[in-house]
Amino acid sequence: MSCLQTIQDYALRSVGIGERLLPRSGFTLCEQITLIGSGMIWNVYFGLLALLGGFFLATAVALARLSPLAPVRKPAEWFIFLFRGSPLFIQFFLAYEAFVLLPKAGITLNLIFVEITAETRWLTRAWAGALIVLFLNTAAYSAEIFYGALRAIPRGDLEAADAYGLSGWAKFRRVVWPTMLRLAWPAYTNEAIFLFHATTLVFFSGFPAWQQKGDALYYAKYFADKTFNPFVAYPIVAAYFVLLTLIVIAVFGLINRRLNRHLPREARPRLRIRPQVIR
Amino acid sequence: MFASCADPSSLEGLHWLACYLTSGKHMAFYASFGTVMALLAITAPIALAFGFAGAVATRSRLWPVQWLGRGYTAMVRGVPDIIFFLFVPIAMDQALEWVRHKTKCPDWTEPVRRGSDFVVCAEAKLPLSTSPPWVHDTYAFTLAVIAFAVVFGAFAANVLHGAMRAVPRAQIETAEAYGMTQSQAFWRILVPQMWVYALPGLSNLWMILIKATPLLFLLGVQDIVYWARELGGVKTSIYAYPHPDWRIYYFLGLLVFYLGLTRISEMVLGRLTARLSHGQATLAGEAQRKAAA
Repeated sequence: MSCLQTIQDYALRSVGIGERLLPRSGFTLCEQITLIGSGMIWNVYFGLLALLGGFFLATAVALARLSPLAPVRKPAEWFIFLFRGSPLFIQFFLAYEAFVLLPKAGITLNLIFVEITAETRWLTRAWAGALIVLFLNTAAYSAEIFYGALRAIPRGDLEAADAYGLSGWAKFRRVVWPTMLRLAWPAYTNEAIFLFHATTLVFFSGFPAWQQKGDALYYAKYFADKTFNPFVAYPIVAAYFVLLTLIVIAVFGLINRRLNRHLPREARPRLRIRPQVIR
Repeated sequence: MFASCADPSSLEGLHWLACYLTSGKHMAFYASFGTVMALLAITAPIALAFGFAGAVATRSRLWPVQWLGRGYTAMVRGVPDIIFFLFVPIAMDQALEWVRHKTKCPDWTEPVRRGSDFVVCAEAKLPLSTSPPWVHDTYAFTLAVIAFAVVFGAFAANVLHGAMRAVPRAQIETAEAYGMTQSQAFWRILVPQMWVYALPGLSNLWMILIKATPLLFLLGVQDIVYWARELGGVKTSIYAYPHPDWRIYYFLGLLVFYLGLTRISEMVLGRLTARLSHGQATLAGEAQRKAAA
């Protein structure tokens, strides 16, 4: 079988398009690269959506954490402590078991006019259930970063905003939020990188890979187990992740440049990639 | 365990629960918390040693050594750690068996890799198939410790390298002015002073290490996650203590355990930071001095 044929069969295997059966014997390098690459679709899907949703929730939680009102501040503090203080691996297991316990038929919500039956079955599937966990997890980590950045906003900036007569939403939108993002961006880039790395945990932690539709590491482990040779499949998935990391750094570097475009060239902070988070 | 638990089916309520929670399998579950603590206690110093070696290698003047150190510290940035956890134990295992195969069975002519198999002669197996189960357990645990030490050593190398660069240059210059050799200046001036700068990074690393311990489960060690799944699953009436799916309660227990562990670590490390900053010419030390005055 030619490599082109393999790519046609397996390039979209992880989302259920193409050949149904996975290769069983005589694994070629082409098959391994194609199928593991196909699994990367899930890693990108989980990382991208969790990051996007988590960004907004994190901003809200960071602001709540800064609030002087205890009923607003305390829940935010607990949320951050809960998700940053426990391993992501355990969070996945716990979420999966909780979703499984929900009634199979769905929950009937009795609103005044209509009865709505909410389907709950899809929550036990990785695409939804794991995404929710990753979304909440990255929201907590990012909220801590944003909270630190909010506290580091120079007082002069806020006084200048007051002097211009800005207050409330306008002040937040035009002074506080951009400055917070600018200060938090290097740390937030690290968070994004390690969120993408954390997506590899999904199919090893309770959530089953339905019809063998898994992520890159799931297929890599499949090959490593079948061939009993870890020296091919794992370097392939590692190479894919190095590539993904470089793309994330490039994209976040562009955003960083835009956030700091008003500063003199020497004063612009550079992105420094530090290893940081295993959850 | 207790004499009154001899016939579980006759028990009720709290008494049943007490007997259930002290059954033999639950004792193994409680002991597995010790496994996690042992992993933490053994891995932390080894990883620190790996990290120290990596940091020293990165500073080396010999470029092959320097590149080795740089490559080691760089590898954890781009690649998810879980890949290393899956890769290192099996790669180590095969490497060791291959070396033993070459030395113990030199007259074996067939290749080691045959299609989808990795075959070594019986004497080269690790551990030997005749050895008792505890040898197999210890071997699996040792491979897990090495995998953790390799990954966390790379993290620690990064932290220590940064800390070594943070020690003021004037300190080394003074040492040289006193006629110390390079290695004397390194061991007597640089190493004792770098810990204050390394502490924030190292305490962060300790938190990460705690949160990485459930991954032991993936390495085939019977850790707390393994037992939580095992004990929590549905037990039909053929078991002594039948119950429905209780895994969620077991995992809640694990969650509380980890939250407690990180909370306690946070408090201890906070105290340690305060203690080490005392009298230091840093921002934190200065703040302490002002508060006292």
